[in-house]
Amino acid sequence: MPKLFTGAEIVFKCLEDQNVDYIFGYPGGAVLPIYDELKNHKSIKHILARHEQGAGHAAEGYARSSGKPGILLVTSGPGATNAVTALADAYMDSVPLVCISGQVPTHLIGTDAFQECDTTGITRPCTKHNWLVKDANDLSEILHQAFEVATTGRPGPVLVDIPKDIQFNKGKYKFIKNKLTKKLNSRVSNKINPKDLDKFIDMMKKSSKPVFYTGGGVINSGPEASTLLRELVALTGFPITSTLQGLGAYPGDDPLFLGMLGMHGTYEANNAMHDCDLLINIGARFDDRITGKLDEFSPESKKIHIDIDPSSVGKNVKVDLAIISDVSNLLKNLIKRFKDKNKNFLNSNKQKTSNWWIQIDKWREKKSLNFINSEKTIKPQHAVQRLYELTKNKDTFITTEVGQHQMWAAQHYKFNKPNRWMTSGGLGTMGYGLPAAVGVQVAHPGKLVIDIAGEASVLMTIQEMSTAVQYRLPIKIFILNNEYMGMVRQWQELLHDKNYSESYSEALPDFVKLAEAYGCVGIRASKPSELDEKIKEMIDIDKPVIFDCVVDKEENCYPMIPSGKPHNQMLLGPQDEKEEVSDEGKTLV
Amino acid sequence: MKKSKSAYSEPSKIGKKEHHIIVIWVDNETGVLARVVGLFSGRGYNIDSLAVAEIDKKKHLSRITIVTIGTLEVIKQIKLQLKKLIPVHKVADFSRHDPNILFKELALFKIVASLKNQEKVKKICKKFNSVVLDKSKKSFVIQVTALRVEIDKLINNLKPLGLVSTSRTGAVAMTRGPEIFK
Repeated sequence: MPKLFTGAEIVFKCLEDQNVDYIFGYPGGAVLPIYDELKNHKSIKHILARHEQGAGHAAEGYARSSGKPGILLVTSGPGATNAVTALADAYMDSVPLVCISGQVPTHLIGTDAFQECDTTGITRPCTKHNWLVKDANDLSEILHQAFEVATTGRPGPVLVDIPKDIQFNKGKYKFIKNKLTKKLNSRVSNKINPKDLDKFIDMMKKSSKPVFYTGGGVINSGPEASTLLRELVALTGFPITSTLQGLGAYPGDDPLFLGMLGMHGTYEANNAMHDCDLLINIGARFDDRITGKLDEFSPESKKIHIDIDPSSVGKNVKVDLAIISDVSNLLKNLIKRFKDKNKNFLNSNKQKTSNWWIQIDKWREKKSLNFINSEKTIKPQHAVQRLYELTKNKDTFITTEVGQHQMWAAQHYKFNKPNRWMTSGGLGTMGYGLPAAVGVQVAHPGKLVIDIAGEASVLMTIQEMSTAVQYRLPIKIFILNNEYMGMVRQWQELLHDKNYSESYSEALPDFVKLAEAYGCVGIRASKPSELDEKIKEMIDIDKPVIFDCVVDKEENCYPMIPSGKPHNQMLLGPQDEKEEVSDEGKTLV
Repeated sequence: MKKSKSAYSEPSKIGKKEHHIIVIWVDNETGVLARVVGLFSGRGYNIDSLAVAEIDKKKHLSRITIVTIGTLEVIKQIKLQLKKLIPVHKVADFSRHDPNILFKELALFKIVASLKNQEKVKKICKKFNSVVLDKSKKSFVIQVTALRVEIDKLINNLKPLGLVSTSRTGAVAMTRGPEIFK
């Protein structure tokens, strides 16, 4: 007879066999047996968050910076519902999370028991898959399958709901790897049709105005994908732009890099997207923040789309060549085939694309990320630039909240490595950055981890400072404090006749005192002259720091593609704002 | 052209909508129907009718047949999104006008009427493989199998003749000939 284990023991045996080293969680009635078992498993450390959403974002930060799945442990009812935002966020941004939730005992399910909720029902649309465990004998198989679903194909969150009686009941333990036999969740075979590769290469050879448009798929495919991408770009000499999530896959300070594209992307990147004759999308999904007006999106180009998720292909934009594949796998094959047949491509191609580069340089001359600096007040862009200059020689990890500061960070902080940039792009979750920084620091002790934040966003999960203090995680919270929900204010200024409805915070905490109250260090900078010195001070402190950077209250984020316009009609600054906008557009925000 | 004021793009031109029949083979496990219909409601797809039952007791396989309406792009998305669901084994999609596909819907009618009208109803229903399932002096229950539009028409015709209650299934579909969908 095989040895039997309690459900709680099985949970930890699974986690051990999956090489889990950290769990982010919060205990409660319906997961107590699992928490009780924690003490017997020294290789697994639990990070106690202060709110389940914080635990979820921390698990996301851990996952995105390490490439391993993030593990989340929460109780039933409110524990599970608090985790929903993090699950939805991970689902949108393809982050592998395994969420284990407690549930009321099986016999009480459906009776409106204390802290009961329909967890699998609530999380069904924001997970790749979820399970309600009904028998302790099924538990090990379900958990291992959960890891497989979360980490294969396009990664994403999964949830396993374990009723309390199942945690006590005894069952068999089995470790079966790769149980899923059928082609699952866009998990694709490694075979790429050589004809597709030839077509790909042929399209590249024929193009005189090409552009690479790369996304989070490159990051998710692992560090090798970034190396291969750099090789491909070097081989072709084509210009490259990246989505918000793809930043770091290609060096941000490289001359072939055009900067980020999209709503707040650079002038050169967006115009290149609009005017190109070949658009090569690698691991991006033609998101609406990228494409702008679909009817006028890159009208003259042939389009190639590499994606691991078949449902991403043709969803928003029709393409001429689609290859369903993991990015690394595709690039490896493509580069090999390309090298075999096109030894002198770069030289012969330089002439063909020379006019294109002249055009791109003209766009670059607009210097679309420029802003008017001030000696009196700190401009937020300037603050990010200084932060970059003073941290670029360290292997720095940046997280952000959501809003203007996020876009300024994306524009002015140049990333050179993948997995160094963690931001909530798809769901746009304010309050993401602080707990994500906690998770990143857990995964990378000794590294510099900075959350570039806004004062409104950061207050949504500020309680996680306690987590940082408890585990001695020296994260730096760099708040660009303009007292407004800046992006809301900006839209209200541009689209709603400067009616700043509810976007100003009349009361805010004193962030320096708040830092002290949490047991960390508070620093304030309000003059440009003191900025550098204070940033250096922040970097040198081996404790969590809240940095209150008091910035210009009414600075807007430019450049910007306004209101459903195509890529070639960007606003570069306040002088371009004069155009009036119709009522029709207002309704669409 | 009007200028937009939104941070979201405006809808593009919408293509022609078509009726399609989507057949989905799934593991018959708890919540699987919720996953499938939740995907439809969550992404704004339509369900005209739905038929589902287990077709293989040993393998716990169910076959779900959904009649939907949408542009070709939407139909393609429906298929691709369905294939991503873990319990889904395969997905077939047939146009309603595909001559190689058989469609059938079953309906039960309860008729309360004079003998004369009862006979009329039976006569009308005859060409739809009608079977009388229950009889009393004043009433009977009759079963027909037909296409959706035919049943729609029947209901209209039978109402003045004493139709008091209707129950109908969603459409089910199968390919003609020896081939099966793989």
